[in-house]
Amino acid sequence: MPAALAHARSRPRRRVFALTFAAALVSLLALASGASADLLTPESGGSSNADSIDTLYKIVAAVAIVVFVGVEGVLIYSLIRFRVRKDAVPAQIRGNTKLEIGWTIGASVVLVVLAIVTFVMLGDIRNAPNSDPDGFATQKLEKVASASPYQTVPPNGKALNIRVNGQQYIWRYTYPDKDDNELNDVFNYKELVVPTKTTVTLQIAAQDVAHSWWVPQLGGKFDAVPGHLNFTWFKIPKPGVFRGQCAELCGRNHADMIATVRAVEPAQFKVWLEDKKGQIEAANTLAQKRRLEESEADAEGTEDKGAGAEAP
Amino acid sequence: MAAVDTAVQVPEITAHSVVPEPRGWVSWVTTTDHKRIGILYLVTTFVFFILGGVEALLMRVQLGAPNNTFLDPQTYNALFTLHGTTMIFLFVVPIMAGFANYFLPLMIGARDMAFPKLNALSYWLLLMGGIVFYFSLFFSPPEAGWTSYAPLTSDAYSANGGIDAWIFLIHLTGISSLIGAVNFYATIANMRAPGMGWGRLPLFVWSVLVYAILLILALPVIAGAVTLLLTDRHFGTGFFDQSAGGDPLLWQHLFWFFGHPEVYIMILPGFGMISEILPVFARKPIFGYKAIAAATVVIAFLALLVWAHHMFATPSPTVVLVFFMISSFLIAIPTGVKIFNWVATLWRGTIEFTTALLFCVGFISVFLIGGITGVFLAVFPVDWQLTDTYYVVAHLHYVLVGGSVFAIFAGIYYWFPKMTGRLLSEGLGKWSFALMYIGFNVTFLIQHTIGLDGMPRRVYEYPDIGNLALYNQISTVGSFILAAGVGMTVINVMRSLKKGVKAGPDPWKANTLEWFTQSPPPVNNFDVIPRVRSVEPMKDVRRQVARQTESDDGHGLSPQPAAKA
Repeated sequence: MPAALAHARSRPRRRVFALTFAAALVSLLALASGASADLLTPESGGSSNADSIDTLYKIVAAVAIVVFVGVEGVLIYSLIRFRVRKDAVPAQIRGNTKLEIGWTIGASVVLVVLAIVTFVMLGDIRNAPNSDPDGFATQKLEKVASASPYQTVPPNGKALNIRVNGQQYIWRYTYPDKDDNELNDVFNYKELVVPTKTTVTLQIAAQDVAHSWWVPQLGGKFDAVPGHLNFTWFKIPKPGVFRGQCAELCGRNHADMIATVRAVEPAQFKVWLEDKKGQIEAANTLAQKRRLEESEADAEGTEDKGAGAEAP
Repeated sequence: MAAVDTAVQVPEITAHSVVPEPRGWVSWVTTTDHKRIGILYLVTTFVFFILGGVEALLMRVQLGAPNNTFLDPQTYNALFTLHGTTMIFLFVVPIMAGFANYFLPLMIGARDMAFPKLNALSYWLLLMGGIVFYFSLFFSPPEAGWTSYAPLTSDAYSANGGIDAWIFLIHLTGISSLIGAVNFYATIANMRAPGMGWGRLPLFVWSVLVYAILLILALPVIAGAVTLLLTDRHFGTGFFDQSAGGDPLLWQHLFWFFGHPEVYIMILPGFGMISEILPVFARKPIFGYKAIAAATVVIAFLALLVWAHHMFATPSPTVVLVFFMISSFLIAIPTGVKIFNWVATLWRGTIEFTTALLFCVGFISVFLIGGITGVFLAVFPVDWQLTDTYYVVAHLHYVLVGGSVFAIFAGIYYWFPKMTGRLLSEGLGKWSFALMYIGFNVTFLIQHTIGLDGMPRRVYEYPDIGNLALYNQISTVGSFILAAGVGMTVINVMRSLKKGVKAGPDPWKANTLEWFTQSPPPVNNFDVIPRVRSVEPMKDVRRQVARQTESDDGHGLSPQPAAKA
């Protein structure tokens, strides 16, 4: 590596060159060492799946650092030790079968270990746990009929299922209820309000182009692809607000497609949900009334209808 | 001669007129000489490299501050689409073809490519592809990224012609690369110097062979995919439209089935250059020739089996995720083997720190980082956090800039004397390397953190949260240092063309046949093609010359000095 150059030559111009190099490397290292834990690892702390991914990342990183330091170390050592000198004779070695087989097996073993660690951790990341006893009271999930071999369902089958719909450039959240009429379901834009201590399963879809659901502290990304359903889950222990945004290029304002999750106490959530439900019912009643009035108006004469359509 | 007119009529060749060789620019347009075509390739692709670089700098300026308004989202999206497409289809892939064009026939002791006219066609199609694509600047450049995911590229969401310009770029450069690949394959298979068996093929030629095979396997897939996209856009089909019974995920599968081999198409010839240049300046044979050649082939095979690791976040059953994680792990093994072999090549050598060697060593040190972050990305639960963020941007630039581009620069410094007969300035070259190495790491190392902190890629602005603003400023400063380093090499090339030190046929005391002929080589390359007896024919030639002139100084002349050591 370049630091080796510092020792290699002694002419002034080369020294300046080497010093510039060394300074740059030191500043890079300083930057890296001054780093807090979160500088070098994924976001976590919102949900246990994000925490497990964080742990898995750290395990891979531990192995990676050993490999990195080892290889760069040998590289830098050879550059310093074996730079051209008077009387030095290059060894005419063409290979070493034992060594080569050795490092091939070594690399394979490292990767087998990483694969096993991943399998061990996978359950915690992929499978949703049960809600806490003091969580929001949820019903048994019915498996989504269409495309659900990979839908995550907690062991007891109970979770708060929310439909997430990506559209240019906003997320719509729908909270399905018992009645079959989807139009009566509670929905919200911009902010996904969820209860704490409760397993929330998301059923992710897109209605125009592909999007990707991502709130870093609540786990990884799950693409919203038109014509497909994707699934993930999270369970938030304490109230808080978590920021995320669409991670798949979806058009000009892709950068502004923000996802916000607000976790509140189960009791508060119940109040919020009932309030929303009430608003929808009120709006439905109002709409019903209007429709009735309009149909009465229609009954009075067809000329009015034509005139109404042309009105600005 | 006098006997001719006596008894038998002997057929004779009569020239009614001698057409003079074209001169000036006409000679360049009509040329079928592999060296001239090689230079056309190198110059054209380098111009596209600079265009792509300027696009990148504009993006870095926009990202230099949170909520910046330097560029509007439309321009920004067009810029990253142009940047990615240019760098991949108009720079890295074809510049490798440029090097291969110039040096492959020379390295195997051939007098030209197998099909010289096809070779010229291949270049002109590339240029046309680039021009068609860049003409979209005059109406509406594409804005869907170099991956052009459906349905964003459908007529409904990208009604302008930019996507069509992109499709035609893929077609034209694709046909260009396919023709080139067939040509390389035919040349390597049929035109090697006497004695040059597969086990004596230079490693750069091995890598070009595998590059050609991968192109032949992968390009028809993307050609088919963009044709489907074209008919979806204009002729009412619905291959990628879920409402018509198609599937947007089909595009992703087809695209990445091409897209991942493409990554190795871009890096393998770079590997080949490193494998040629390192032993020359370490004055030591390449460590594990067979292992490196075999690793190249294994990488190419596995490259066809890892495509869905770009799609870990799409709706997928666990078993699919596991398969693509394991196959991606497997590809790390031959790649690691190559890195180990290069380091072992330096071990116990006598290393001369030329600019070309510095770029090679820089390549190894940063490509290693790209390889390691690749393992993180292969672990699919980790990938769920990292994919589509700046972490991936950092990873791919560590592989393609730290990897391919550094190898390309090593190739420029190593082979420039052969192409022009003059050496590049080593002083300017080392400054260029220093600036590029520092600039590159300052730009891209911090981008890992930017991604881990939650910033997705392809966003024209970001909020002022945490340290994002600081990190992005660091990255922007780095990008200008990197650009300055590239600029120094451009200046170096301009200056050295006229003022460079005369190189002579073999300034580096190198190993392969291109150094056997003059610099620059004559039109027919070689008057005599030597018989090849080892992987390092030039070492044999020098040894033979030394024996005949009974002098015994200089590198590679003393027979096997380390045999006792």
